[in-house]
Amino acid sequence: MTFRTLSSCSAAILCAATALLFTACDDDNETPAKGKLNVEFENVAGSQPLNFGSTYTTAAGDPFTVSKFNYYISNIKLTKTDGTEWAERESYHLVKQADAGSRSFQLTDIPAGEYKKLTFTIGVDSARNVSGAQTGALDPLNDMFWTWSTGYVFLKMEGNSPKSPTGNLQFHIGGFRSPNNTIRTVSPGMPAGVTVQVTAKKTSAIHLQADVLKMFTGPNPIQFAQTSNTGHSSDPNSVKIAANYAAGMFTIAHVRAGE
Amino acid sequence: MKRTRTAPLAAVLAGLLMAGCQPDADVQQPAEAVPGSVLPGNFPTPVYALEQNSPDRATFELGRRLFYDKRLSGDGTVACSSCHLQPAAFADPGRAFSTGVQGRLGTRNTPPLQNLRWRRTLLWDGGASNLEVMPLAPLTNPLEMDGSLAGALQTLNADAYYRRRFAAVYGEGPINSQQFLRALAQYLAGLTSANSRYDHYVRREGGAFDATELRGLAIFRANCASCHATDLFTDESFRNNGLDRSFPADSGRAHITGRRGERGLFKVPSLRNVALTAPYMHDGRFPTLGAVLAHYDHGVVESATLDPALRRPDGSLGIPLSAQQQAELLAFLQTLTDEPLLTNPQLGPPQ
Repeated sequence: MTFRTLSSCSAAILCAATALLFTACDDDNETPAKGKLNVEFENVAGSQPLNFGSTYTTAAGDPFTVSKFNYYISNIKLTKTDGTEWAERESYHLVKQADAGSRSFQLTDIPAGEYKKLTFTIGVDSARNVSGAQTGALDPLNDMFWTWSTGYVFLKMEGNSPKSPTGNLQFHIGGFRSPNNTIRTVSPGMPAGVTVQVTAKKTSAIHLQADVLKMFTGPNPIQFAQTSNTGHSSDPNSVKIAANYAAGMFTIAHVRAGE
Repeated sequence: MKRTRTAPLAAVLAGLLMAGCQPDADVQQPAEAVPGSVLPGNFPTPVYALEQNSPDRATFELGRRLFYDKRLSGDGTVACSSCHLQPAAFADPGRAFSTGVQGRLGTRNTPPLQNLRWRRTLLWDGGASNLEVMPLAPLTNPLEMDGSLAGALQTLNADAYYRRRFAAVYGEGPINSQQFLRALAQYLAGLTSANSRYDHYVRREGGAFDATELRGLAIFRANCASCHATDLFTDESFRNNGLDRSFPADSGRAHITGRRGERGLFKVPSLRNVALTAPYMHDGRFPTLGAVLAHYDHGVVESATLDPALRRPDGSLGIPLSAQQQAELLAFLQTLTDEPLLTNPQLGPPQ
C-alpha cells in the first residue's frame, strides 16, 4: 500500500521522508519476527472423551451425564525461557463443548522465541465484569451473563445425576467479589522437557485437556447428594468448585511443533 | 468549569449547523441540547462519563424509542415505560409492586429513573453495576418483561425502521447487543433531574425558600443528609433502615453479595421527586411521606444489621422528629420536585 502511494507521489519531499523511514528501519537490524500459536481445548471426563449424554462417574462414585459445558479462558500470557512475558490483547475466549469451532483459537503477533509457560484466567477479570455492554466472547448474548447481578458466569456445567435431589446438575460458577471471588488464574505445566517454538514461518499448537471430573475432586470433594447446583455469583459452593478446577482441570496434553 | 463547557460548545455547534443548513435561521428556535449532554453544576463527577457514550441526537432518539417499545418484552405487552412513568419521575405511582407481563406482580417497588449517570450501582440491591447492562435485569425477569436479549434483537432486526436508524448511528450490519444496550443507556443517562426549586435555590438562580422550607432544609441537613447526601440526595450506600427484624422474603444487598452482614440492606434512594413516587421503601409499604417520617421517628425496629446511624446514644432507635419538624421536612421535600423532568417532551413517548 505504501508503494502504491509512493509511485503516485509527486511531492519529492514526501518521497524523501519515506526513504528516510525505510533507511531508519534497515539500520535497526530487523523488525522482531512475530509468529502465531494455536491453542486447542479438548474436554474429557477422566480418560474418556467428553460427550453429551454419556455417563461418567465422579471420584466420589456419583454417576452423571453432561448436557452443557462452557468456560471462559482469558488474559492469556506466554513466558519465554528467558523469563520475558507476552500477553494477548483483548484476550477473552469462550470455549463451548457444543461448538467445536470455539474449542480452538489462534494467538497472533507473538514475538518469535522459545516459550516455557502458558498462563490464563478461568473466567473474566473483575474489570470486564462491570464494564458495560461488551462484544465478542463477552457479548451478554452468549448465555454466560447474569442479568440480575451484573457479571459473567465463568464456567457453566449442566447435566443430570440420579444422586442429585432434583435429578439435575446445574453448576454456574462466577462471582468476582470477595469473599466469593471465583476468578482463578492457572499455569498448567508443560510436558517434561517441552517448550513451544514461536516462529514467523511455522505455527505450533498447544493442546490442552479440560477434565470435567476435576470440578468435583481436589481440595473440596463434591457429592451431588449435597451439592447439585450453584447458580449465584455469591455462592460459597461456587468458590469450592473453582478451587477444584483451578487445582487441575486443565492440563497440557501435548505441544505440536509447527510444520 | 469542565462540567459547564458542554453547553456553550453545543450551542456553538448548533449555531454553526443552523448557519450552514438553514438560510432562514433567524426564524428558527435554537436547537435544544440532547438531554443528558449538560452536567449540572451542583452535582458530583458522574460515574457514567459523557465520553463513555457521547450524547448525540440520533442515538438518544433511538434509546427513547426502545424505552417506549412494548415489543421488547416476551409477549409484546410491557415496555420499560409501562412501569416507569414520566409524570412520576419514571416511577410507578400508587403501586407497591408493578405489573409485568400476564399481570404478574413484581417483588420490589419500582424506583424512579433519574440521574442514573451518577449511580455506581443500580437496582434496590445494587445488582446491576453498569448502566448499559442494567436493562437486562427487567428485560429478562419473568415477573417484569419476561423477554430475552436474543428476542429483543430479533424484534429490532426484523424492523426496517430500527435497522435504518441503527445503521445511521452505528453503521450497516445487523443490530447487535452492544448497539441496543448503548442506545438505551444513552436515553437513560439523559433522565437528569436538576431543575427543582431546590436546585434553583442552591445554584442561586432565583426562587427563594419560605421560612418553613428553610427550616425543613435545616432539619434535613441535620438529620437526613448523612445518607441522602449531596445534591443527588443519596450516598449510594446500602443500609438497613430498621423496617424489619428479619429478612426472610428479601435479603436485599446480601442477595447479591452473599454476606450475612448485609442482610436487610437496600440502596439509599434519592429523594428527588420523592413527593411523586409513593408508595415508599423497597417493598412500597409506606403509602405517604408522612408514614415514612413516622417510621424514622418511632417505627425503627432492632436487627443485627440495623444501620448505626439509626442508633442513638441512649440506646433508643430512629430519628426523633416533632410534629412541627415533620411538617417542615415535608415542605422541604416538596421543593425537590423537578417539573421539567416530568414534562419535557423530549423524554416522553416518541412521535
